[in-house]
Amino acid sequence: MNIPADLKYTKKHEWARVEGDLVYVGITEYAQNSLGDIVFVELPSVGDIITSGEAFGVVESVKAASDIYSSLSGIVKEVNNELIDHPERINQNPYDSWMMAIEPSKASELEVLLDASAYEKLCLEEA
Amino acid sequence: MSRYIPSTQLEKTMMLQEMNCESVDRLFDDIPLKVCLNRSLRLPEALSEMELRTHMKELAAKNISNEENSCFLGAGAYDHYIPSAIDHIVSRSEFYTAYTPYQPEISQGTLQAIFEYQTLICELTGMDVANASVYDGATAIAEAASMACKITRRNEIIVPRTVHPQYRRTLSTYARFRGYKIVELDYLNGVTDFTSLEGLINKETAALIVQNPNFFGAIEKVKQLAELAKEHGVLVIACADPISVGILKSPGEMGADIVVGEGQALGNPLSYGGPYLGFFATKDKYLRQMPGRIVGQTIDKNHNRGFVLTMQTREQHIRREKAASNICSNQALNALATTVYLTLLGKQGLKDVASLCLQKAHYAYNKLIETNYFSDCFPQPFFKEFVIKSQLPLEELNQALLKDGIIGGYNLENDYPELKKCWLVAVTEKRSKEEIDRLVRKVGGIYESEVNI
Amino acid sequence: MNQKLIFEISRAGRKGYSLPNCDVPVESIEDMIPNEYLRETELDLPEISEGDMVRHFTALSRCNYGVDTGFYPLGSCTMKYNPKINEDVSRMDGFTGVHPALPDSAVQGCLELLYKMDLMLAEITGMERVSLQPAAGAHGELAGLMIMKAYHENCGNEQRKTIIVPDSAHGTNPASAAMVGYEVIEVKTDSRGNVNLSELRELMSDQVAGMMLTNPSTLGLFEENICEIADIVHDSGGLIYYDGANLNAIMGVTRPGDMGFDIVHLNLHKTFSTPHGGGGPGSGPVGVTKDLVPFLPTPVIQYKEGQYIRDYNRPFSIGQIKSFYGNFAVIIKAYAYIMTMGAKGLHGVSQTAVLNANYLLNKLKKDYQHPYDRACMHEFVLSGQLQKNKGVSTLDMAKRMIDYGFHPPTIYFPMIIKEAMMFEPTETESRETLDAAAEVLIRIAREVEENPELIKEAPHHTSVGRLDEVQAVREPVLRWRP
Repeated sequence: MNIPADLKYTKKHEWARVEGDLVYVGITEYAQNSLGDIVFVELPSVGDIITSGEAFGVVESVKAASDIYSSLSGIVKEVNNELIDHPERINQNPYDSWMMAIEPSKASELEVLLDASAYEKLCLEEA
Repeated sequence: MSRYIPSTQLEKTMMLQEMNCESVDRLFDDIPLKVCLNRSLRLPEALSEMELRTHMKELAAKNISNEENSCFLGAGAYDHYIPSAIDHIVSRSEFYTAYTPYQPEISQGTLQAIFEYQTLICELTGMDVANASVYDGATAIAEAASMACKITRRNEIIVPRTVHPQYRRTLSTYARFRGYKIVELDYLNGVTDFTSLEGLINKETAALIVQNPNFFGAIEKVKQLAELAKEHGVLVIACADPISVGILKSPGEMGADIVVGEGQALGNPLSYGGPYLGFFATKDKYLRQMPGRIVGQTIDKNHNRGFVLTMQTREQHIRREKAASNICSNQALNALATTVYLTLLGKQGLKDVASLCLQKAHYAYNKLIETNYFSDCFPQPFFKEFVIKSQLPLEELNQALLKDGIIGGYNLENDYPELKKCWLVAVTEKRSKEEIDRLVRKVGGIYESEVNI
Repeated sequence: MNQKLIFEISRAGRKGYSLPNCDVPVESIEDMIPNEYLRETELDLPEISEGDMVRHFTALSRCNYGVDTGFYPLGSCTMKYNPKINEDVSRMDGFTGVHPALPDSAVQGCLELLYKMDLMLAEITGMERVSLQPAAGAHGELAGLMIMKAYHENCGNEQRKTIIVPDSAHGTNPASAAMVGYEVIEVKTDSRGNVNLSELRELMSDQVAGMMLTNPSTLGLFEENICEIADIVHDSGGLIYYDGANLNAIMGVTRPGDMGFDIVHLNLHKTFSTPHGGGGPGSGPVGVTKDLVPFLPTPVIQYKEGQYIRDYNRPFSIGQIKSFYGNFAVIIKAYAYIMTMGAKGLHGVSQTAVLNANYLLNKLKKDYQHPYDRACMHEFVLSGQLQKNKGVSTLDMAKRMIDYGFHPPTIYFPMIIKEAMMFEPTETESRETLDAAAEVLIRIAREVEENPELIKEAPHHTSVGRLDEVQAVREPVLRWRP
């Protein structure tokens, strides 16, 4: 399974990439694989204030809808609206298909994210 | 043993033996003794098929039916003609004994019929997408109101008093529990009071509902109302009489965002109020907020066209508490009747039915006014239903007419205390000139005998 | 074989109707209705002869599968035989031709039927009164929860805003609860398939409005601790709601009222044999205990001084939840069914339904995983996990059943069982049918070993093969366009 070493991960199968003040967030290979063909994505709006543990978006396959929970609190600064018209890109290329960029308000939340090896272990346990 | 249960006592014993089970009662051992019913249910003695038929005939005979009487009663349920072929189609048991089409490969009949129904409803309403139907006109309005609140993220709905009183009552029930607010808008001369509308609109107004023709049968200025609503970002929910669009502009053409209505008139019997169907259509951009079942076209592995239930993630069995609505079923068999009705009537037929209603209603109106026993109530153009004011109490008038085999109009005072002795009369294509003339004569007779006393 | 759409067989100028000529003096339409309201464009409706219409829909009907076609063990849906006499009596002129706005005196037959049905269903469920207004099961649930909320509000307990629902519940339960503004909390199922009692105790508080429960549960198991559950909920001031989807298992054996339930909804289209119509119309009456009667939807039918009347004067009522009085023609069929069966007959229905389910289960549990080793009630759930491990999913096996002429069971529900298959044979199936179905399912289990590709490509003999549901959502085509 593809788990890039340069990213951080959450227990709920999201990845996070820190770029300067922003953190880009998407769902992992494992997540897209277990969802199947993704047909719809719901994203937050720029300016939304998100609290960790809250759902910030939804991804849907034909027969399932999954909320995506944020592990970070902060303000949404960018949203990848291309995914609205091309949700299949999440299946094709999950690590390029970032969903939002958030400016985190609590640095401590970044520290508890998993690294690639810890996340891989988690996936193995779940499978 | 019942004729609906094939197994004989002997077979049951053999089945139990095969399972190593001593008696059927053992299979119920998980039920705590404390809650077991240790007596028979107190129900009437079982009837044979013959006895049942007799019993049901006796019950049916205690009702006044439109089969033996001339019906001038409408008020939301209409005595339109139902072509014979419809019942033959909906009586095909491959249609009526099937469940929801969850296995598309063996449900193409239901699925394609719903796809055809959706297309027909889009055409009638002037909308882009329609669902497979909801329970009835009243619940369609209630669902549309919730949908409008979700789309606009506002929570007030403006409802004119010209909307069917039962629809408004249903809407109030839904609103109370779903937590949105109903703001009532009065009428002026039998139509929505345009001048008061603007004063009621505020930042929380999600939608304006307009019924056309309205409960009084009058034609509303939908376009004008819609324009004003739009200026304030308010959605327009139109509730349409589906027969009237044979000659009237579709609600979509007049600016509606969501179009709903009672579909009974399209091939479904009166049946003391149900089952009917609520049709429900909207614009493409609101598709995902639309409640109810939707059928879509797709292909199989050999590229054959086929149909499936689609956009299902909006629905309760997947979204559970986050679903667009809790509705699971549609009124599939009623929607099938409607599809057959619109197919038979087609382009010209719906226009013809609508024209006949219009002509006959106006003839009846003119003749009744000419008697001088009635006065005009609302100076508005109308379609198949109109309001006139009687000099006699309406209970008395209707009772007397019923004795002569005529089902009179609706007493509006039931719902509008201010409309004393106001009679809502409906005339469909089924009423002949002779029946209308007879109504006029009988009314005259009743008035004269009243004067003589 | 692909069916054309009705629009594709339309030809300009054909017609399928006949209407009388206008026998009143014809006026110009513009004189009656101002031009601005009149349609300017033609409606694009089909033009087709009556005979061609009949062939079209007859052809469509042949692409369907109903209870009259064959065995339909769709779990939780009670696909029993739909008696023909009930169809006939519901179509009597004295019922179909009755206008709903007629005064009570003109509809005594309809009101008598509604009143007697109300009382018979109350007896069957152990409730005080039953409203027949809800149009379907989900609608009955909605009405029931509105009653629950109105009751708590009336007691001054507005803070009760959560509702407890088992993880095995039908999806409508949480959806209906959300529609009345309740927050849903899930309670887990224990290792025997019952509600986890200790968890339930912890979840209860004065914030909880009540609990929704299906019994027998969606696992086809009778809730063994039902008395304790009812006590736990009642002791903290909550109400307990009975989802009647599975009533077919217990008629004349036990009643929701005797188990401690306060509110009950029924599905006349399941237990009481009215046909499902391809997805509706159904009917979902809601019944309540004595204390809750004031909250029932209006109107309630009463019998006073020899007359049946519609009672709208009910200040505590939740109000009306649809037009008129429910899906009357559906109610007629269910009434006719109860009148045909009587008390003994209904008891026999439940006994036979439970026997049939156990008989089929007994035949299948060697070849398929059976998650809870208990006698089932009227339905049972198997898991296709053994087969899934070999690469064949429950969906594949369901499609393969179609090839053998049977309707598949409910699949992937309840969600707590992996690769779930939920069978409900009903009482109207013979031993031979059950044997034949068992034989097919055992054969399919063997095919999983021997020829998995055959199953994965199934069905092979239907008008269309497996359909691309992803395309249907990604590129929605929801209506025909010329």
